[in-house]
Formats: sequence, C-alpha cells, structure tokens
Amino acid sequence: MIIAQQKPIKDIAAMVSDCRKVALIGCAGCVTVCLSGGEKETEILASAMRMMRRLEGKPLETVTFTATRQCDPEYVDALEGLVKDVDAVISLACGVGVQYLAERFDKWVVPALNTNFIGGSRVHGVWEEKCGLCGDCILHKTGGICPIIRCSKSILNGPCGGSQYGKCEISKDVDCAWQLIYDRMKKLGRLDKLMEIQPAKDWSTSRDGGPRRAVREDVMIG
Amino acid sequence: MRLQYSPNVRIVEMTCSGNIDHRVILNAFEEGADGVFVAGCMEGDCHFLKGNIRAKKRVHAVKKLLDEIGIGGERLEMYNLSSAQGSRFAEIADEMTARIRELGPNPLTGVGAACCGCSKEGGAK
Amino acid sequence: MSHYSKLHKILDSGQFAVTAEIGPPKHASAHGIRHHAHMLKNHVDATNITDCQTAIVRMSSIASGVHILDCGIEPIVQMTCRDRNRIAMQSDLLGAYSLGMRNVLCLSGDHQKFGNHPTSKNVYDVDSMQLIYLLRRMRDEKKFFSGEEIKEHEPRFFIGAVANPFADPFEYRVDRLEKKVEAGAEFIQTQCIFDMERFERFMEMVRARGIDQRVYILAGITPLKGWRAAKYLQTGVSGMLVPDSLVNRLKNAQDQKREGIEVAIEQIKYIRENVKGVHGVHIMAIAWEEVVPEIVERTGLFPRPKADLE
Repeated sequence: MIIAQQKPIKDIAAMVSDCRKVALIGCAGCVTVCLSGGEKETEILASAMRMMRRLEGKPLETVTFTATRQCDPEYVDALEGLVKDVDAVISLACGVGVQYLAERFDKWVVPALNTNFIGGSRVHGVWEEKCGLCGDCILHKTGGICPIIRCSKSILNGPCGGSQYGKCEISKDVDCAWQLIYDRMKKLGRLDKLMEIQPAKDWSTSRDGGPRRAVREDVMIG
Repeated sequence: MRLQYSPNVRIVEMTCSGNIDHRVILNAFEEGADGVFVAGCMEGDCHFLKGNIRAKKRVHAVKKLLDEIGIGGERLEMYNLSSAQGSRFAEIADEMTARIRELGPNPLTGVGAACCGCSKEGGAK
Repeated sequence: MSHYSKLHKILDSGQFAVTAEIGPPKHASAHGIRHHAHMLKNHVDATNITDCQTAIVRMSSIASGVHILDCGIEPIVQMTCRDRNRIAMQSDLLGAYSLGMRNVLCLSGDHQKFGNHPTSKNVYDVDSMQLIYLLRRMRDEKKFFSGEEIKEHEPRFFIGAVANPFADPFEYRVDRLEKKVEAGAEFIQTQCIFDMERFERFMEMVRARGIDQRVYILAGITPLKGWRAAKYLQTGVSGMLVPDSLVNRLKNAQDQKREGIEVAIEQIKYIRENVKGVHGVHIMAIAWEEVVPEIVERTGLFPRPKADLE
C-alpha cells in the first residue's frame, strides 16, 4: 500500500489561511490502513483546524467526507455536491488523490499528507518501504529483497564497502539490504547466483522514462 | 460514602479507557471544556489487558495536538485509579480543577461562535 | 606488451608499487594540491585524486588530476557512482583521457548523508561493478555504455577498483573482489588496514582462489595522527575495523604523531615480508600528505623506479 503521513497541522492551516469554508476529504484506501487519512484522521484534523482558527478569531467552517477511493474518477465525481460551495478542498489522500480532486474540480485543492513510499506494516504502527517502483522487477535475482529501494545506493552488485555488522553505512538503524540478500541466498543454497554481474539497469521503465501508464485493452469499457 | 468533589466536573462514561478516541477528547474541548481528565484503571489491571495503556498513548498524542493548535496540552491528563478508590477520584477531580483554574478558561470560550451551552459549564470528564 | 599507464608498467614489471592520495581542496585554488604533488613527486608512482570524498564538495578529481600531472605525478582519477549518471560519467572519462589521465579508480562513493550537502539527490545510475565492466568494454570493445560503437579515440584507461576486507559479510568480500576482477578491474586498492589479522585471512582466501595472480593488489595504509583519529575511525566510520590495541598504543605514546608514522612503517614492512599476493601499498595520509616521503624512505621503497611510457 501507499504509506503517507500527515503534514504538521500549522502547514496545512497556512495553505487555507484565507478560506472560510473548507472540505476535508479522507480516503478509505491505503491511507486509512496506514492511519493517516481515513475517516477518523479526517475528523480529527477538521476539529483541530476549527479550534485553531477560532483561536485566531477567524472561524473556519468544515465539511468532512471520506471517499471510497480518491484515485478513481467514479468516487471523485460523487464529491461534486459536497465541494460546491467551499473555498478549498483539503485532501487527506496520497498525492494521487490530491491530483484527481484538483483535476476534477475548479477548486483550491491542497494536500494534508506527505506521500512517503509504498510498503507494508512491520507491526501495528510501523510501516516500512519495500518497493522502488522501478518497473522491471528483479526480486527473483535477489532472494526476494529489493536492492533498488532497500539499499541506500540502489546497488545491484552489492554490498558496498560501508556494510558492517549487518547495517548500512547511513545508520545503525538501517539493515544492509545486501547483507539480507546474502544471508537469504546462502540459506537457499543459491550463493552462486550472486557471482553473476548484474548489468546496468534500464531505468526507462522507472520514473526516468517519464510519467508511466498501464493499459489493459481487454478490460476497457466502451 | 458520599464524597465531595468539585461540582464543575462532568462525567462521560466509557466502557473502557481504551475506547477513548482522539475525537472524543477534541470534541470536549471544542464544545467548551476547560480541561479533560481521563480516568483509566490501574496499569496491569485492565479487563481488556491493554486498554488503559493504549488510552495513555492516545492521551499523549492529543496533548501534543492541543499544544500545536494553541489550546495547551496541560489541560488534558490521564490518571490511573481503580473503581474502589472513590476518595482518590475526588482528589484527582479537585487537583485537576485547581490546575485548570490556574490555567483559566478554555481559550476558545469568548472567541468565535460557541458550539453549545455546555461550554459555559467548564470541565468534562 | 604496451602499458596503459606508468603505474601499470611498474606493477607489470613486478616491482612493489607505491601510490598515495591527494585530497582536492574545498575551494578553487590548486595551490595546496600542487604543493603536495611537488612534495610527493619522487616518492610515489602515482597518486589518487579523491572524488568529493565523504560527499563533501571539493575541486573535481579530473581538474585536480590535471594539476597533479602538470607537477609530474601520474594521477589515479577516482570516480564515484554517487554524483553522475552514465552520460556524465562517460563524458568525464573522455575528457579525462584527453587531458592525459591514464588510471581510473571506480567506487560506489560514500552516501551523501555524510557530506556537506545531505539534502542532495544521489544518482547510482550504474554501480561500481557495472562501471568497471563498462569502462573495460569502452577500451577493449570500443563501445559506449549503451553499446554504441566508439568510432575512434576510445579512452584506454588502466582500470582500478577497491576492496574492503573489513566490511561485512566477510566471507563474501573475496567473492565480490573476484566479481570485480571478472568485470575488468586490473588493480585493487584496499580500505585502510588496521586489523592485520583480518587482512591476512582475507589475503589467504584471495591466494587460495588465485585472484592475486589475476589482479594487482595494493594494500591500503593510513598513518594516524593520534588515538582520537583511531577512535573516530573505529566508532564513527562504517566498514572500518580498528583494534583497541592500536588505539591504546597511540594513546600511551609520548608523541602520538610519531607513533602513528611508526605504526604505518611497521605495517608496510610486515605486509611486504609476510603477506604474499600484495603488489604494492596505497598510502592514504588523510590531510597529512607530508609524512608520505618519510614512510616511503624508511620502508626501503625509495627511490622509486623510473618508468616512462614509450
């Protein structure tokens, strides 16, 4: 899922400082699961912002709603009536949701979250990055551990000389991905695979190739 | 046993302190409470094992939020006591009342639109 | 056979090579590095020019290399994968060769977190292994990294790489060295050796696999200015192993700087006499270049052989 975290409330408030009525739109997708932009977080933010603005002597009127998904025009369309008379829309979705709202409505749409990464939950309350979205998966070569994103240098023929005691040179709190890869390949009896020189990666399938698009003709309607 | 405690305390009963949502506390402040204290069971005595521990973490998070928005985190506190400690409850109620009196009224009262009449009554639990 | 560089020729002749390191300045004057180059000129076969080491912005390794060369020392241009994509790398390599650089050392580079621009973006378009391979292919197969033909004047560098016997996983370090040799590395400079026992174990594995017959290995030596420097490397730099005994020896010395020089001299003598498969030393006197001549002289490595390229 996409992992996002809320921006400091003061930053969000500053984006709508000249507005009298705002809509706070949560998203029931990823950001609900990672507890940053679901129904509960949306209502907390609304309440906090109302109080803040009252203290400033500029009361703020809020409407809140949590869309099924903000990354889908179908659910975004349904917000039309809700955002009709607001001065701004605060989206508690990932960057995708914010853009879908901005694209659909001629409104001042602002992000309440920072979209951090795609990952999973290690334990409740701890999320970690797992995939670098490179567009050409090589996990079969690295024992199921992604060096693109989990190695701080995205090295494909690691580990570099900064790996020590299982940790990355950048921090004792960060595992060296290549130590993990080595350990796993050893366990699987496939260390010989690591002797193959991985060629320079084709980054054109990654962000570097420009905005990406995926099309499935067979499921398109009409 | 009829214990006396500050009459300005309004009690909101919850099934377990672990059931307290950030929103319940924020709502109390938004509606005019000058202070809120959460009374949970003694640590280690939770019927649901960790309800009061979770409440403590949430209270901590809301304190931070109250600081950020300018209400002030010191208006919120978590206490642990058992249901048999009536006199302790009265003591906490008085202690919290004294703290809040010192801090003065909820800064929201008197600015902008008051939400409802209860804002005048002060404390809520 | 013809040689790619003077360093190549010396190593190929079986003589024990000596390289040093010059760190470019954090400003736009070459005065300091030229001074160091003149000082080291007769005592080393070549000097590395670091490439914004520890991710601190410094004069470019290639530009500095021009100054060094002008002062009469053959430069070993360091190139990290941190700051350039494959387009910039090749462009710089072509330029470096045109300016007379003949040795390139390929490294990953320290993470930018450690430098003076921790908010910058890192590149790592290719990693050090791939850089070695592509650089060799440029020379031997006349191909750009993309595979496109280099029609004429391909750069013909003597290709170096690094090995860190002190990083983990230890048992994979020799594999990785072998991988670098497979990729095309022709000389290796190791990380600073403080833990001799570990270095010897590493070299034992290297010899057992015959890697020392396929690549020239230069042992990295760093004279330490004092126990604080030793302690810093021990605790503050990932991938370094500094034994407590060394820290204590420096701490208890009357003159710590002197002791640091003595340790370096002992290490070089020990390696030359006892560690087979080592073809030279690489003296990294970090911000202490002036002690290199003494170390070279007192280890019997002076004078340096003449090796003019034909």
